[in-house]
Amino acid sequence: MGEVIYSAKPLWAVLVSMIAAFLILLTGEKARNLREGWTILAALIKFVIVFSLIEPVLAGKTIEYTLINLLPGVALQFRVDAFGLLFGVVAATLWIPTSFYSIGYVRTLNEHGQSRYFFSFAMCLSSAIGVAFAGNLLTLLIFYEILTIATWPLVIHHEDESAIMGGRKYLIYTLTAGCTLLLAIGITYSLAGTLDFTGGGFLAGHGTPGLLILLLVMFIAGFGVKAGIMPFHEWLPSAMVAPTPVSALLHAVAVVKAGVFGCVRVILFVFGPELLHQLGVWTILAGVVAFTVVVAGLLALGQDHLKRRLAFSTINNLALIILGVSLLSKNAMTGGILHIANHAFMKITLFFCAGAIYAKTHKDHVSQLDGLGRQMPFTFAAFTIAAMGLSGIPPVNGFISKWFLCLGAVETHQIIFLFVILTSAMLDVAFFFPIIYNGYFKKPLPDVAAKIDEAPMIMVIPLCLTALFSIVFGIMPNAFLNFFNIVRLAVTNVLGG
Amino acid sequence: MSDQLPAFIIIAPLLGAFLTPVIGWRYRHLCRPWALMILAVPLYAAGGALLQVIESGPFGYNLGGWAPPWGIEYRIDHLSGLMLVLIAAIGLLAAISAKPGITMDIRGKEANFYTLLLLQITGLLGIVITGDLFNIFVFLEISSLSGYGLIAHGEDGAPMATFNYIIIGTIGASFYLLGVGYLYMATGSLNIADLATILPNLYHSKVILVGFAFFTTGVAIKMGLFPLHTWMPDAYTTAPNPVSALIAPLMTKVAAYLMIRIMFTLFQPDFAISVVPVATILGWMSVVAIIVGGIKALAQTDIKRMVTYIMIAEVGYIVMGISVMNRPGLTGAILHIVNDACMIFCLFLIIGAISYKGHGREIYHFQNLNKKMPWTMAAFVITALSMCGIPPACGFFSKWYLILGTIAAKQWVFAITLLASSLINAILFFRIIEKAYLAPLDSGAHSHDHDHEEEIIARDEAPASLLIPILITTAIIIILGPFSGKIIDLVIQHAVPATF
Repeated sequence: MGEVIYSAKPLWAVLVSMIAAFLILLTGEKARNLREGWTILAALIKFVIVFSLIEPVLAGKTIEYTLINLLPGVALQFRVDAFGLLFGVVAATLWIPTSFYSIGYVRTLNEHGQSRYFFSFAMCLSSAIGVAFAGNLLTLLIFYEILTIATWPLVIHHEDESAIMGGRKYLIYTLTAGCTLLLAIGITYSLAGTLDFTGGGFLAGHGTPGLLILLLVMFIAGFGVKAGIMPFHEWLPSAMVAPTPVSALLHAVAVVKAGVFGCVRVILFVFGPELLHQLGVWTILAGVVAFTVVVAGLLALGQDHLKRRLAFSTINNLALIILGVSLLSKNAMTGGILHIANHAFMKITLFFCAGAIYAKTHKDHVSQLDGLGRQMPFTFAAFTIAAMGLSGIPPVNGFISKWFLCLGAVETHQIIFLFVILTSAMLDVAFFFPIIYNGYFKKPLPDVAAKIDEAPMIMVIPLCLTALFSIVFGIMPNAFLNFFNIVRLAVTNVLGG
Repeated sequence: MSDQLPAFIIIAPLLGAFLTPVIGWRYRHLCRPWALMILAVPLYAAGGALLQVIESGPFGYNLGGWAPPWGIEYRIDHLSGLMLVLIAAIGLLAAISAKPGITMDIRGKEANFYTLLLLQITGLLGIVITGDLFNIFVFLEISSLSGYGLIAHGEDGAPMATFNYIIIGTIGASFYLLGVGYLYMATGSLNIADLATILPNLYHSKVILVGFAFFTTGVAIKMGLFPLHTWMPDAYTTAPNPVSALIAPLMTKVAAYLMIRIMFTLFQPDFAISVVPVATILGWMSVVAIIVGGIKALAQTDIKRMVTYIMIAEVGYIVMGISVMNRPGLTGAILHIVNDACMIFCLFLIIGAISYKGHGREIYHFQNLNKKMPWTMAAFVITALSMCGIPPACGFFSKWYLILGTIAAKQWVFAITLLASSLINAILFFRIIEKAYLAPLDSGAHSHDHDHEEEIIARDEAPASLLIPILITTAIIIILGPFSGKIIDLVIQHAVPATF
């Protein structure tokens, strides 16, 4: 590890949206524009802070800030390394378009409880950045739990029966997972006496193999709930009752990626590739997530509800990320970690499109979309780009991560995983392209307008931008945010050299 | 003056209590300012004492100048300093917040209430400050008797509940006294520090064993450890709200303090492990307490009764932390004494605020309460999250240390019980939060008409004298969390025996 800079910037990156959350609550429904102003302002400030961290991190430095000591060897501590920065940049960047999009969405649909909505949203972002910048497992868990709770008001937003049931299911899954993690972290601490993330892991040489395997299972089960690893995925499709911007940012970027982020942290920074090779469990782990990859893809085929179909695609992609990391080879890791960023841009576009369609036409089933491409050409164009990307078609960014994943699978000499990745790409085609086909080529339904009639601009522009960036990052992975270099550095931190 | 600080902690509320009826005779409205003024003294003195302990270590104060072991010694170390501040602070906040509850439940009896309140706090402070076993008994009786008096003021069923409490509480106190008697018989001393040096030679004496058994049983009754908890739910549910808010968080915690004192100061920690297997027995009792308390709480629809059952589980947490007999466990237990006192206090204040505004205590009465009492409900949510162990509120941190303790002791059943209990708490509290914050299900899924409904429900927040203590306590609950490391550094780690 290179030079360490002590700076409060990570703390401010977390605090800025938390402060904004309370300003939102105090401003309330009476001054809507001011309230939304807080959201936008916080999003921009947060982005600037996080962006300013890219340069020092790429120069090989880590940014550290200790809030308070909790135990010998454990502190409430932020430490920004390349991997954490990647997640932080993705979340902070995508919060900006989502903020604008949210404003358009809730106003078009005249949603109730908008203050609560924006409050929870800001809290979620705050804790997601906290998860990204956490320097050790305990700090990560603290923000992870806050994230769990802050998401709940968004899941139950509609306050009807399916929303409340979805919310209960969500809480049962995630709180149980939180307890499992607490126990696992406790055991880790009593074994190693530290919880600080170390590239390449710190658990080697502690405990018996049996205990370590049990520990890994607890960690993966705990973080895997949010990451939607089967059999813990059931809450995610149910949580699709939330408003679409929530599904977009939280169920494609912040919340579920926090689960993936936790899994990767555990695999690479707690256990480390060497220990996992020694324990010989990486094939089992990879097998479990490979199962999720394929089955989630198959299940997505059967969903007629558009957002549920996207939810299963999310499960599929999240598992793909973890698969890449658990293959433990250099290229697979690169592909997996890069897919965190790439999938975020593509999936948020897809959800934005689903939301735009719903806000405009109140349609949410695939079978209702016939001919809608003529009425909403921008939305469908963006949808097509993102769907192509997820299927791994160049020049969209999804191709690059999948390419590295395939290379990595070949490196491990386990050809089966290569087949899994390719099958998944084909399944992507199979469940996305009927939507595109319905939209463009089927005979329009009688209620489809003959001329162009899009959702409000404040919704269409964000989704076009995210689609555009998906292509830009496909052609130039290092454009603007240096994603590729950050990923490279993260992998180097783990493997050394 | 500052040398005499420890004496003021006891003398001020004691004398204040005796003068309260005199004042209340003619000027009933003066009772409250008088009591608040009096209660500020022990808080100031306790704060000073704690600072002195942190700076220069434990110190003693010889009451009346009689040197121990003959005279009564007030002994302030890290643990008692912390407890003194806790009791004094909650006592003061309880007295501030009592006004609305008094006007509702026990109008016209201000003098009685404040007299008994001051006596109660005297007793609790006394138990913690004194270094003399018999003196502890005296203060235990002062606090218990004033507690019986306070609880009996409550709603229908309170006299019966109080009677129950008197019987069981007196048995507990008598057991404690018997324990003192046995130890005195064997050693001829009542001073804790003195006894601690004499006792190790006598560990295998039957007299000492019996004395120890009486001690632990008596204290377990006072703290409501399952299965000796039967007096607790009725007593605290039927008591007037300000009374529950005062006694419920403090009485059980002071009894827990006493248990720590007996097991770790009076006796060597080894005694409870190797001589008699008390630690193991207590550990499994705490497991049952946590499970039974949680399940019984699930069965309640009256939130006040629900909280009393949660308290039974929380007492189990503390005893579990004690029983694992290691540093993180005991740290967690002491931390949880502080945290849980704040959380339970806050919950009872909130219940008081809700009742004062004329809402019932059944869960279905919570409908739309977030619009009527937004601040109170915000405090409720934060406290509830803390009870479920969600960071950054303090409940998470005590849970973390307790879990570390159970792991260090390799007691996996204990660890899983703790985790299961926080899930039960999540169910308990989220069903109320759902009720309070979400639209009723039967009104249908017409999310778009809600704007009109919002206008109809008028805000009707609790009075400032209740709301401000609620918000202060809530703030403490949040602040205690991240700063628990600081508290442990400065105070708790010195309270844990050095052998751990």
